[in-house]
Amino acid sequence: MMVTQSVYAKYKSDGSFLGNVLEWFDARFPLTSTWKAHLSEYYAPKNFNFWYYFGSLALLVLALQIMTGIFLAMNYKPDASLNADGLPVAFASVSYIMNDVNWGWLIRYMHSTGASAFFIMVYLHMFRGMLYGSYRKPRELTWIFGVVIFVCLMAAAFTGYLLPWGQMSYWGAQVIVNLFSAIPFIGDSLSLWVRGDFVIGDATLNRFFALHIVAIPIALLGLVVAHLLALHENGSNNPDGIEIMDHKDEKGIPLDGIPFHPYYTVKDIVGVAVFLMLFFIIVCYMPEGGGYFLEYNNFLPADAMKTPAHIAPVWYFTPFYSMLRAMVWNFFWIDAKLWGVVAMGGGIVVLAFLPWLDRSPAKSIRYRGPIFKTLLVIFVIGFLILGHLGTKLPGYKYFGVWILDGDVIAQIFTLYYFLFFLTMPYWSKMDKCKPVPERVTWK
Amino acid sequence: MSNQEKMSCERRRILAATVAVGGVGAAAAVVPFVSSMLPSERAKAAGASVEADISNLQPGQKLTFEWRGKPVWILKRTQAMLDTLSQQDSQLADPASDKDSQQPAYCKNSHRSQKPEILVVVGICTHLGCSPSERFKAGTDEGMPADWKGGFFCPCHGSTFDLAGRVFKKMPAPDNLEVPPHRYLSDTRILIGEDPEA
Repeated sequence: MMVTQSVYAKYKSDGSFLGNVLEWFDARFPLTSTWKAHLSEYYAPKNFNFWYYFGSLALLVLALQIMTGIFLAMNYKPDASLNADGLPVAFASVSYIMNDVNWGWLIRYMHSTGASAFFIMVYLHMFRGMLYGSYRKPRELTWIFGVVIFVCLMAAAFTGYLLPWGQMSYWGAQVIVNLFSAIPFIGDSLSLWVRGDFVIGDATLNRFFALHIVAIPIALLGLVVAHLLALHENGSNNPDGIEIMDHKDEKGIPLDGIPFHPYYTVKDIVGVAVFLMLFFIIVCYMPEGGGYFLEYNNFLPADAMKTPAHIAPVWYFTPFYSMLRAMVWNFFWIDAKLWGVVAMGGGIVVLAFLPWLDRSPAKSIRYRGPIFKTLLVIFVIGFLILGHLGTKLPGYKYFGVWILDGDVIAQIFTLYYFLFFLTMPYWSKMDKCKPVPERVTWK
Repeated sequence: MSNQEKMSCERRRILAATVAVGGVGAAAAVVPFVSSMLPSERAKAAGASVEADISNLQPGQKLTFEWRGKPVWILKRTQAMLDTLSQQDSQLADPASDKDSQQPAYCKNSHRSQKPEILVVVGICTHLGCSPSERFKAGTDEGMPADWKGGFFCPCHGSTFDLAGRVFKKMPAPDNLEVPPHRYLSDTRILIGEDPEA
C-alpha cells in the first residue's frame, strides 16, 4: 500500500471536542499535513519585498471574479436576438443588471474593474519574475504554468468582453476571430468553427458565454493549483535570486526562511487591505477608468453594419495589438496579415522560453550588470509605449510632430521586444555581474 | 514500481490493444463535439439574397444593405470620382483586380462593377473584418494624407481603399474589398447574392 504525506504525523487529539473532530478528519483526509506543507511549515525567504504582493493579490482577484461572475450569470442572458424595444437581449440584460437588479451595478462594476485589476496584478507579478529571475532553474515550470495562466486570462477577458454585446464587444470579437483566418490552409475553416456562423452572431455569443463561465474558469483554477504546486516543490525565489535551501539548520529548516503562515499571510493581508481600498475607489467613483476599463463605444448595442470610428481593444491587450498592427510588409512569401498574427502570438509565446533564453550567472537584478539594466529599462518603456499606441488610431503622432510617427515607433519597439528576448542568450552571458551573496540580504 | 521485466509479453500486447481501441473510441467521441461548433443547418440556410432599392441614391452617396449578416455598400460614383480610379494604379496592391476570389468575372474591370458608376461591394475589410468608413473627400479634410483622392479608411488597422474598393500597397489588408454576386432586376433594383442571368 502507498503511504502518502509520511513526513507529517497525523494529529493526535488532546481530548477536547475540537481536538477529537480534527483527529477524526485527519485520520481520513490529509488536513494537517496539507496545512503544514503549504502554509505553516512552508518556508518562504524572509526578504520578500513590495513586489511579492502581486501573486496573492492576483489570487484574490480571481476569487472576486468568480464570486461576482456567479451572481452576474443569474441575471445575464446570452441572446443576440432583438427584444420588443429593438435592443439585443444580451445588451438589455446588462442594462437590467445595472438599473434594476439590487446592487447589480456594484456586482457588475466589481467584475469589470476586476478584469483590469487582474491584468494589473498579473503584469506586475510577471515583471517581478523578470526582475529577480524567478523563472530560472529550477522554477521553469512554475513560470510556464504562469504563461499559460496569462493566455487563459486573455481568453477569459476576450470571451467576457463579447457578452455585453456592445459595439466594441462585437467588432473586437470580429477582429480577433478573423485573426485565425490568417493561418494558411485551415484559417478560414478555423475562424468559421470558432464563430459557429458566417458572421459573429448568436451562436458566437452563446459559446463565448459557455467558455467564459465554465471552461476557462475550470482551466484557470487547475492551472493556478499547478502553478502553486510547482512553486512549492522548490520554494519561492527571492529578491537576491539565491536558494535559501542551500543553508539549513539541523532540523532541515532553511536559515533564511520563515513559515508562510503566519508571517506572509499577515503581510499579504496588509496588501489586500490597501488593494481593496484602491479597488473600491475605482469601482465606486471611476468604474469606466477614463474609457480604459470600460470603453464608451460599448454603451452602444452591437451593429453589424457599422464599425465605430475608433476601435481599440481594452488596455491590457494593447501592447500585443500594437505588435499586430506594426506588421505591414509582406516578407518572403508570407503576407503582412499573417506576420501580424505571428507577431502578436509570438510576443506571448516567447515569454515561455525566457528560462532558457536567460544565461546570466546572477538571477536577480541586484547583482546583474549594466547591459541587463539598460535593456530592461528600454524594454519596459517600449512595452508601455506599445500599450499606449495600441489605444490610438493608426497614424497617431506624438505631440502632433511628424517625426514622432506612432506607426514607426510601434514598429521600432516591436522589433526591440523580439530582439530583447531573442538576443538574450548572448548579452545575458556577456554582462558583468556582481558577486552573489551566500545568504539573503536586507535592503 | 512493479517489476517490468516480469511482465509477460502477452499481457503487454493485450494492454496495448486495449489502449489503442480505447484511444480510437475517445478520438471518435471528439467528432460530435467539435462538429457541433460548426455552423448549424439553420445558420447555413440563412443565406438568402437581398433586394436593394437604389432609386433614391444620389451621385456621391452610399447606401448600406445587410446581406448574410454583412454590410453591402452601393455607391453611386460621380464622374470626378470615376476619374480618380485610373490615376493611382502604381500605389494599389492589385489595380487590375487579378485576384479572382475578390470579384465575379463580370466585375473584373477598371471600375470593378457592372455599371461604371454603381459600385457594389461587401463593406468588410479583408484584413480582419472591420467595416471601413467613408473618406470620399479628396485631400486632408477628413484627416487623410494630402495626396488622398477619396476612398475608404478602415478604423481598425488603417488600411485604405480607393473608390473601387481596391486596397493600397503597404496596408495590413491583403486584398481588395469583395464584390458580391449581384444582378440588376431593373435600373433601380439590385438583387444582392445572385449572378446576372446569362
